[in-house]
Amino acid sequence: MLQYIMRRLLQLIPVLLGMTFVVFLIIRAIPGDPAVVILGQQATEEAVAALRETLGLNNPWYVQYFEYLKNLFTGDLGQSIRTRTPVNEEIWPYLAATFELSMFAIIIAVFIGVNAGIISAWFQNSWFDYTAMILALVGVSIPIFWLGLMMQYQFSLQWDWFPTTGREDVRNPVNAITNLYIFDTIIQGRFDQTLDVLRHLAMPGIALATIPMAIIARMTRSSMLEVMKSDYIRTARAKGEKMFWVVYRHSLKNAVIPVLTVIGLQTGLLLGGAILTETIFGLPGIGRYIYEAISSRDYPVIQSGILVVAFIFVMINLIVDILYSIIDPRIRYS
Amino acid sequence: MTTKDPVLQVKGLKVSFFTDDGEVPAVDDIDFYVKEGEVLGIVGESGCGKSVTSLSVMGLIPSPPGKITGGEIKLNGEELTTASEKRMRKIRGNDVAMIFQEPMTSLNPLFTIGSQLMDATLIHKKGDKKQAKKRAIEMLKLVGLGRAEELMNEYPHQLSGGMRQRVMIAMAMVCDPKLLIADEPTTALDVTIQAQILKLMKRLNEELNTAIMLITHDLGVVAETCERVVVMYAGKVVENGLAVDIFKDPQHPYTRGLIQSVPDMRYKKQRLYSIPGNVPRPGSIKKGCRFAARCEFAFERCLQEDPPLYKTAEGHSTRCFLFDDTKEDTLHDKDTTIATS
Ligand SMILES: Nc1ncnc2c1ncn2[C@@H]1O[C@H](COP(=O)(O)OP(=O)(O)OP(=O)(O)O)[C@@H](O)[C@H]1O
Ligand SMILES: [Mg+2]
Repeated sequence: MLQYIMRRLLQLIPVLLGMTFVVFLIIRAIPGDPAVVILGQQATEEAVAALRETLGLNNPWYVQYFEYLKNLFTGDLGQSIRTRTPVNEEIWPYLAATFELSMFAIIIAVFIGVNAGIISAWFQNSWFDYTAMILALVGVSIPIFWLGLMMQYQFSLQWDWFPTTGREDVRNPVNAITNLYIFDTIIQGRFDQTLDVLRHLAMPGIALATIPMAIIARMTRSSMLEVMKSDYIRTARAKGEKMFWVVYRHSLKNAVIPVLTVIGLQTGLLLGGAILTETIFGLPGIGRYIYEAISSRDYPVIQSGILVVAFIFVMINLIVDILYSIIDPRIRYS
Repeated sequence: MTTKDPVLQVKGLKVSFFTDDGEVPAVDDIDFYVKEGEVLGIVGESGCGKSVTSLSVMGLIPSPPGKITGGEIKLNGEELTTASEKRMRKIRGNDVAMIFQEPMTSLNPLFTIGSQLMDATLIHKKGDKKQAKKRAIEMLKLVGLGRAEELMNEYPHQLSGGMRQRVMIAMAMVCDPKLLIADEPTTALDVTIQAQILKLMKRLNEELNTAIMLITHDLGVVAETCERVVVMYAGKVVENGLAVDIFKDPQHPYTRGLIQSVPDMRYKKQRLYSIPGNVPRPGSIKKGCRFAARCEFAFERCLQEDPPLYKTAEGHSTRCFLFDDTKEDTLHDKDTTIATS
């Protein structure tokens, strides 16, 4: 087991090198002089020369890349041109907001999606199955921004159940420690605020969860149907096992393997979806951070933002692979 | 219960599959019984309904599309066709256990051998994990698997086919069932392993007095292990009797064909006999004897009427008009000339 994880970590090295190299190229691939592009045509000669110096653009590319890697290792993500603050200092609150939203969404998507898939497979062709699968079909084809706006209109403007935008009640702001507000409010014992944060998360979370939930439900259903036909499930039933355990123990463990792949992929895509959702619901997340950087051509921030998102992608993949090996002994021992 | 009362009594069992092409009767009017402690062989070609019959006893016919449409199944006198699912769960794995053809796929790949062996005890017997584990190890030893303690923590993919089938047998015997249904337990194994598994089942039958319903399409297996035989063809019982009688005096033309198609090791150069034609699709024959189309003795009546089972000797009956003694039948005489060819 440990050996497997070590091997996977070693395999990660070339992936991370490749990834950082591509991100590294983002600035260097700007046609013309990146410093001029970043500063604009009216910039003075001195300013351009100074920026070239800070960005290290005068060195050969491999020296630059090595410098870049070295900085990454020390946690230095460069400096924002717009705010003149080190990126690693200002990125975390944004990242935390996105992380909280994504986690909230993925937990909803997995919990409801997996269970709906299981019950649909268990009671195949029942009214539950039909309803769930029609909803899932609708779910995958709904545009998030449309769903988001509709929810805002109905649940917020019409019925006033949830706040329209934002992460928190501005009249009663959260005292941020980790910037993961649910966590922060709980450790401070401010459960009124926890509830408020959850109310703010509800609509963007559900909007974001819809597509992954639908995809996970459909995948779980087909995977379960396949597994429940297998010989070893017949064996489990022949032992006199209760159907509930046949489904949730003997079948699910096997059926969940392909579902995990989908969950991993969807969690990755969720980060992409989060950018749209954050815009609609006015959340200060990594999506907004990168978006603002792009509009002001703040290349170091763009670069770091993409790097962080790509890194999260790779980590999700690693986690999924490790989960595989925990579930399936055939992977563990091969 | 007296010693030789039937453990299992099946009468007039009918099972149909309701498919897009309508009702397909997979087995039709099956009668047989298994006495306490005996080994009954059920023989027949692929598709004749052997698995459907055994799954009916377990209450595990895939439904939909399958359904028991008639007849009765009595286990120790208790009717199973009308029993509740809850009651059936208590019976499965406890009073009747079953092992399957494919040892490679019949064990769950993600659970340890130990956990799969402990399931039945934990389901049916009042007892904790420790007792279940003790019982599991005991069973592994009983079926001749050495290093039982280590095996408990291993996974199916680490075992050979023969070992897995032994594990399946151990798993089936955990709750000491009265009846063990073995659906072609050796078909997927190579010949030497096959013989070992049969020997093991025979030994368990003798030591634990567990009745065995051994399903196979291999008469060689029957000859080695069974006391009585039921021969099935296209969803019907065509002949049944003591194994010795059936091998000595096979009556139904189908049984004769089967016996002739068993390779005889004494005659190396002999060409193997095979019954001409194919097994008809269930439900495709509406009228007459189901074997008529492939039978070299078929006559007019065979195409018109479905023959009943004729009792031909004590404990021996055959579903063939050749044995209809009530009518004078010229063809009956031919019977004596067809024994060998
Ligand atoms: N799930 C099913 N759906 C439809 N028909 C079925 C199904 N299972 C079995 N049948 C029908 O029942 C008939 C008997 O099948 P069964 O599996 O009992 O044969 P068998 O004697 O066990 O053959 P084999 O030696 O190949 O295992 C088949 O010919 C098939 O038409
Ligand atoms: Mg079969």
